[in-house]
Amino acid sequence: MLVQFYNVSKIYPNGVKALDDVSLKIDRGEFLFLMGPSGAGKSSFVKMLFREEMPTRGQIFIASRSIVRMKRSEVPKLRRNIGIVFQDFKLLENKTVAENIAFAMEVVGSPHRQIKKRVTQVIKQVGLEGCENTFPGQLSGGEQQRVGIARALANEPLLLIADEPTGNLDIDTSLEIMDLLYDINRKGTTVIMATHARELVKAAHKRVVMLEKGQIISDTQNRYEEQPI
Amino acid sequence: MSLLTIKYFLSEAFKSLYRNRLLTFATIANVAICILILGAAVLLTLNASNIIDNLESDVEIVAFIDKDLADSDEDHLKNKIEKIEGIKSIDFVSKEEGLKRLQEKFGGLEYDLGSTLEENPLRNSFEIQVVDPHQVPEIAKKVEKLSGVYKVNYGQGVVEKLFQVTKWVRIVGLVTIVLLAFGAVFLISTTIRLAIFSRRKEIYLMKLIGATDWFVRMPFFLEGVFLGLIGAVIAILCLAVGYGSIIGHVDTVMFFSIITDMGLLINIYLILLGAGIILGILATYFSLNKFLDV
Repeated sequence: MLVQFYNVSKIYPNGVKALDDVSLKIDRGEFLFLMGPSGAGKSSFVKMLFREEMPTRGQIFIASRSIVRMKRSEVPKLRRNIGIVFQDFKLLENKTVAENIAFAMEVVGSPHRQIKKRVTQVIKQVGLEGCENTFPGQLSGGEQQRVGIARALANEPLLLIADEPTGNLDIDTSLEIMDLLYDINRKGTTVIMATHARELVKAAHKRVVMLEKGQIISDTQNRYEEQPI
Repeated sequence: MSLLTIKYFLSEAFKSLYRNRLLTFATIANVAICILILGAAVLLTLNASNIIDNLESDVEIVAFIDKDLADSDEDHLKNKIEKIEGIKSIDFVSKEEGLKRLQEKFGGLEYDLGSTLEENPLRNSFEIQVVDPHQVPEIAKKVEKLSGVYKVNYGQGVVEKLFQVTKWVRIVGLVTIVLLAFGAVFLISTTIRLAIFSRRKEIYLMKLIGATDWFVRMPFFLEGVFLGLIGAVIAILCLAVGYGSIIGHVDTVMFFSIITDMGLLINIYLILLGAGIILGILATYFSLNKFLDV
C-alpha cells in the first residue's frame, strides 16, 4: 500500500470544507484518476499528498509513514519521492530544457555526473531529444509539459502526481501526454492524476475516484466500466 | 556539503545579482547611504562626547580657606577633604601663588598688582579635582560645610547647565543612531524582499521538489551578505576619505580637538563592515521566511 487516507477532513480558516471524511487506499503501481467538478476537493487532496497542506482531521500515510506526524525537517525527504506535474508546467523561463530538469536534481544535491546521465535518460524517455538547449518559451505547450514530466521523473519518484496535466492542452496533445503517463506507470511508478477531461478518463479503463463536495461519491476500484460518469 | 553545491550557491547568487542588476545597484546604493549616515552619526557622536569629556574634565572645585587658619589646621583640613569620596587630587595654592597667577592673567608686566595693592587680598586655597565631574556640585557642598573653608567656587550654575546640555547631546546622538540602524534594516529587507519576490516561483518549485530550507536560503544569504558587504565597503571608503580631509583641515583651525586615533577609527570602520554584513543577513532572513512556508 503506497497511499492511505483515513477519515481525512480539510476545513480552511474561512470555513470552507474542502474534504469531508475521506478514506482511500492506493496500491503501488496503480494508475488513479481523481475526478470531480471544480471545488470538489481535488486540489486539496493532491496538495495533502506532498504536504503542501495539512489535514484538519484524519491520518495520511505514504509508504507506511504518517505525513501528518512528520516533522517539518523531514518533509523534503518525502517530496523527493514524489514527482509533481502541474497544469501550468511551472518551468523556469530563464533555464534551458536540460537545466530545468537538472534543477530538480541539483536542489536535492545529486552529484554532477549522475545529473548529466539522468537528464539524458529522461529527455529520451519523454521524447524530447534535440531540445536540450532550447528555452521553454520556444516550445509548444505539449513539449513544455513533457519537460515538466521529465523534471518530475528526474529523481526517480515512487509516486507521480499530475494536477490537471492536460488542462492547457488540445485533445491530440493531451492523448500524447496520456500515453507518456501510461508508459511511466507501466515502468512501475504509481500515478495519481486529477482531471476534468472525461474523454481521456473514459478511454483509459483505469481506476476512477469521483469527488463531490469533499466526499468520495464513487470509486471504480479498477472496474471503471461499471460506473456511469 | 560538496564543492559542487558551494559552486551552485555562488553561481546562483551572482546570476541573480546580475539578472536583477538594477535592483542590485539600488540595494548597494541603499546600503552604502545607510551605513554612510550611520558611520557619520557614530563619528559625530564620538567627537561630540570627546569634546564634552574634555570640557567636563576641566571642571574643578576651588575651596578658599579662612584667612586666620593656622598652617597645621590647613593640613588637617586637607586631610579631611581628601577623605571625601570621589576626590581624585587636591592641590594647595598659597595666596602668593594665587596673586602670581592673577598677575599673569592680567598680562604680567603691564600692571604691577603687587605694588598697586597694599596687601595681598587673596586667600590660600585648595584646587580639588574629582573623579566624576557630575559629582562636582555634591562634593562642593560637602567641602563647603567643613570648618575652615571660607567659600567654595566651581562655576555654580554654569556647570549644571553644561551637564544638562551634554546629557541631551548624548541622548539625541544615541537615539539618532538607533533610528538610522532600524531604517537601514527596513530599507535593505524591502529591497531583498523585492529580489526574492521576483523569484518566488523558483522558491516554491524548489520546495515542492524537496529542497531543504537552508538549501533554498543559502544563495539568498550569499546575495544579502554580498550586498551588505559591498555597500559597507563603499560607505567606509567615502567616510575614510571624508573624515581624513576633515582631520587635515580642522586640526589646524579649530580650538577643539577631534578624534584622530587611527586604531579607534579602524575599529569603527571594521564595526561598520560587520554591521553591513549582519544587516544583509538579517534582512534576508526576515524577507525569506514567508516564502519558505510551503
